[in-house]
Amino acid sequence: MDTNLIVLTLASVLADSSPLVFAVIGETLGEKAGITNLSLDGTILLSAMVGFAVAFTTDNLYLAFLAAMLVGASVASIVAFSSIVLKLDQIAVGFVLTMLCADLSTFFGNPYVRKPGPAVPHLAMPGLGEIPVIGKIFFDQNAVVYLSLLVILAVWWWIYKTQPGLQLQSIGERPAAAFARGANVNAQRFVYTVLGGALVGFGGAAYSLFVKLGWSYHHTSGIGWIALAVVIFGGWHPIRGAIGAYIFGGLQSLSGLAQSVPAFANVPTQVFQTAPFALMIVALLLVSNQAIDRFFSGSPISRKVWQSLRGAPPGALGTVFEQE
Amino acid sequence: MRLEFQHIHKHFGAVHANNDISFTIEAGTIHGLLGENGAGKSTLMKILSGFIRRDAGEIRLDGHAVEFKNPAEALHLGVGMLHQDPLDVPPLSILDNFLLGRQTRLIQDRSAARADLQTLSQRFGFDLDPDAPVASLTVGERQQLEIVRLLSRGARVLIFDEPTTGISLPQKVKLFETLRLLAQQGMTIIFVTHKLADAEDLCEQVTVLRLGRVVGQVTRPFTSAQLVQLMFGQTFATRERAAVAPGEPVLELRDLCVADYRLRVPHITLTARAGEIIGLAGIEGSGQRLLLRACAGLDAPVAGEIRIAGAKMNRQPYRAFLARGVGYLPAGRLEEGLVAGLNLTEHFILARRTREWLVNWNAAQNHARARIAEFNIRGDPASRVESLSGGNQQRALLALLPLDLKLMLLEHPTRGLDIESTLWVWQQLLERRQRGAAILFSSADLDEILEYSDRILVFSGGRVAQALEGRETSAQQLGELIGGKGL
Repeated sequence: MDTNLIVLTLASVLADSSPLVFAVIGETLGEKAGITNLSLDGTILLSAMVGFAVAFTTDNLYLAFLAAMLVGASVASIVAFSSIVLKLDQIAVGFVLTMLCADLSTFFGNPYVRKPGPAVPHLAMPGLGEIPVIGKIFFDQNAVVYLSLLVILAVWWWIYKTQPGLQLQSIGERPAAAFARGANVNAQRFVYTVLGGALVGFGGAAYSLFVKLGWSYHHTSGIGWIALAVVIFGGWHPIRGAIGAYIFGGLQSLSGLAQSVPAFANVPTQVFQTAPFALMIVALLLVSNQAIDRFFSGSPISRKVWQSLRGAPPGALGTVFEQE
Repeated sequence: MRLEFQHIHKHFGAVHANNDISFTIEAGTIHGLLGENGAGKSTLMKILSGFIRRDAGEIRLDGHAVEFKNPAEALHLGVGMLHQDPLDVPPLSILDNFLLGRQTRLIQDRSAARADLQTLSQRFGFDLDPDAPVASLTVGERQQLEIVRLLSRGARVLIFDEPTTGISLPQKVKLFETLRLLAQQGMTIIFVTHKLADAEDLCEQVTVLRLGRVVGQVTRPFTSAQLVQLMFGQTFATRERAAVAPGEPVLELRDLCVADYRLRVPHITLTARAGEIIGLAGIEGSGQRLLLRACAGLDAPVAGEIRIAGAKMNRQPYRAFLARGVGYLPAGRLEEGLVAGLNLTEHFILARRTREWLVNWNAAQNHARARIAEFNIRGDPASRVESLSGGNQQRALLALLPLDLKLMLLEHPTRGLDIESTLWVWQQLLERRQRGAAILFSSADLDEILEYSDRILVFSGGRVAQALEGRETSAQQLGELIGGKGL
């Protein structure tokens, strides 16, 4: 494989993973505040459909992304309202919403199936795109890809470098302590969940407007579930979550490349399509397995390395906060 | 800051938790608040610190009536509370915890905060590494962080809720020193406790609550007999233990090593004979729980040998331990010991080892009623366990243990219980011992360890000392060992 092919592959991994990145970052944000939005897969489907439908009818990409974000934010606000105000089980609500949104996307998306529509235009960065290798990978993309990189850094900066971000962490870890220090726990949980939902919606539109153009039945093929897994894989850290998303994207392109290897000619293509999902499950098992934990805790160095690889969920994830 | 309570009332449903409470605390003093569990101390302090709202009455700070809706407002007016389980965020660093709740710009001035933290720590001689995660600290160090944090936020009234629970002797000495220093600097210190010795050591004045009312106030000099009289209306005398001749070895540990992901305690060797009580002392989380769980067959030891009544038990399933007469009483009553949502009758049915398919509910209910009466549990067969008070939950747990146990493993058997319940629990345990059970128990209360143990195992910093003779050990010795001296 020559360098050019590697560079092209990396560039396409970066681009094709961007919807997953948006979803992972959005979900990380909400879960950091303590709320699991399990409806991710449904949200992505519905926002991908709405994004494409709006782009198709209005020919305006800004409106399309805005509509998709609204869809994501609305679904997330249902999750937030039902868990914060009604104190319902987040998993149950999320699951029901997943199915509801998926069916809604099929129902309302019917007129747009297999219609050619607008796509996000390519936008090479002048100057930067000329840099060998790096430029080709990072700066010869489109606005959505640049934005995905920006969002990773911005969310990381917000959580770990700012005072409100510190408060966000405390709300997800120990809401009672955050409350004692003056935080309005439930209001902030609401805001972060809705904001996270909007990012997920943006990812959905990115999917139907440039990664896999157009709309079809169950168009986004389960990346919402993968996003939920990647959040865990990334240890609730935005940058590690993004790396997880790229690993999944990388596995997908590898399986695409493997199909053209003569030795695998007799292997059914379905194997290659499903392999990344199976590998992701294996990866998840590895990071959340107690036996492996014990294995690595043998020596101080391996323990340190391992602990930096695996993160603990926010202490109060999925729980209800009530003032006494 | 001079603090006045005037006619404070608070109801929780039918319970009158605070009933017309009025008293005054002068600035610059350490004031004890004493009472049994459920006397209303915590309720009053939560009202003062803004966690709950009072139903009626007034709180005055330096003569001004104050009103606060939440803890942040209370702190803004100068009232800060240190909770028994420090209310901090363990995964975050000390500096982050220190910063949390401050009004800062979007991006904090971390170096200024770091300097602040270090100046304040130095003033009290605290050794706090700003970058260490709070999760790695002991309870004592977390208290120090909270003291520094509350002071930096302008607290003038500091409430300490049971601060001597779960800290080592040196840390306690340090804490008392700090409290005296704070009082000298004009702070008003409220010291909530049910430990008489601590109140006697530290407080200039003590207010005693019973059943939601102020029942008395004493000013230095006072005696603990006076306090006991106020708290209970009667004086308990410590009874002499009946001597029990140790019998056959029940539990033998040879070079046992227990560990979890963060702690490793090697080389534990011990023989416990029938009728012996062995106390496991040490700061919480020093391996006492690991040892108890290994002896109960719940966790596999890393190395070494466990023998119960002569038989090697390594790699045996939990059932085999049960069959040999091992009983384990976990500290988490509702989390591990009982099943929240089930009532007492259902618990007694679950505890029965039987092969019957159908439950005879009438018989079960009668059985439950008999056990409830026998163990003096305040509840009825249909009471759900989570509705019972801590003391009654503990009684229920004891009632659930089979009578013919050979080895009892008890984790903090009296933690959080009032003196009466504690005495009751020990009376039961001593009876079990008379019947030939060997008892291993962990406790954070040195007096309890010294009073009941025939021998004492001290856990400290990943090591276990040779077993001490209970009768020949002083609190000073024990405290020093726990603090890691001479181990």
